[in-house]
Amino acid sequence: MAHEPRNTATGHAPDAHHHPHHPSAGTYVKVGLLLTVITIIEVYAYYVPAWVAHWSFVPSLLIMSAVKFLIVVSVYMHLKYDHRLFRALFVGPFVVAALTLIGLMFLFGHLSIRLGLLA
Amino acid sequence: MATVDTAAPNAAPAHTGGHYTTTGLDNRKIAIWAFIGSECMLFTSLISTYLIYKGRSLVGPFPHEQWTDPATGKVFPAILDIPVTSASTFVLLMSSLAMVLAHDAVVNADNPNRKSWQSSKLWLGMTALLGAVFLGFQAYEFTSFVHEGLTIRTNLFGSSFFTLTGFHGAHVTAGVIWLLSLLAIDFKRGLTPRDELAVDMAALYWHFVDVVWIVIFTLVYLIQ
Repeated sequence: MAHEPRNTATGHAPDAHHHPHHPSAGTYVKVGLLLTVITIIEVYAYYVPAWVAHWSFVPSLLIMSAVKFLIVVSVYMHLKYDHRLFRALFVGPFVVAALTLIGLMFLFGHLSIRLGLLA
Repeated sequence: MATVDTAAPNAAPAHTGGHYTTTGLDNRKIAIWAFIGSECMLFTSLISTYLIYKGRSLVGPFPHEQWTDPATGKVFPAILDIPVTSASTFVLLMSSLAMVLAHDAVVNADNPNRKSWQSSKLWLGMTALLGAVFLGFQAYEFTSFVHEGLTIRTNLFGSSFFTLTGFHGAHVTAGVIWLLSLLAIDFKRGLTPRDELAVDMAALYWHFVDVVWIVIFTLVYLIQ
């Protein structure tokens, strides 16, 4: 049996109070800039009538939103670096919630009208 | 038998009142993630309601199209103000950056090589200020909507919109209060790496409020 102190949360060797795999302040600022750039593109897309009318408008906005969501959750909320239990505690309910939303859209949303499921 | 490192980021230090769990993780951090998971479901239900009712209002004002009241002939323009909301979205995104820098400052509070700008007071204060500015934008938006004839009782859009964004605003308000309490502690005795978990919990909550707004901004404001 090992008697060495260990960090049971991350599995890494103890370090006074530092998070060995957390990004630096410089990385956080770069991520902030990236989030700003994506937001600017999203708003720009809203003001381009040709883009709004194009089929790719909604998917592109959803993808950009998902990318921002993932960046904040994984980097700013440290989910990428923290214990996998925390990831499970977030991803589990998120998947249930997302499936519920999709199910409700099929049952009652515009999707149901298009598919002829709801008058 | 392995001993547990009390200084580990997620493990529970006895001096801060944390308790070890069979997972070896701090129960408070598990609790905040479980809470965030439940909040996911709450906001998804509100967003689902908004999306289901979208485009089904019988009377205006509408979010993206103008509407003429057949009884009075009054024309109501599209009610959503994208430039103002874009600005408030930027403010909330920057508050998330300030929050993560506040957390970084607390973690490095005892580091002799830390830079002068790595001040938890500065970044906690900045986060709370930006959160308050976001709430100011929301108060302006709600007030202007009411003046333009859209209330929570006007139509399905008004009901679902005010409920969704109002709940989010209430969460931001709670976050600002939480941040101000941390700032008060910081001024009173100074936050040290021992307080890292307390700041981390507030940060997780704040970032969650931010990601919810990222989704709301796209689904409610940008997608027509």
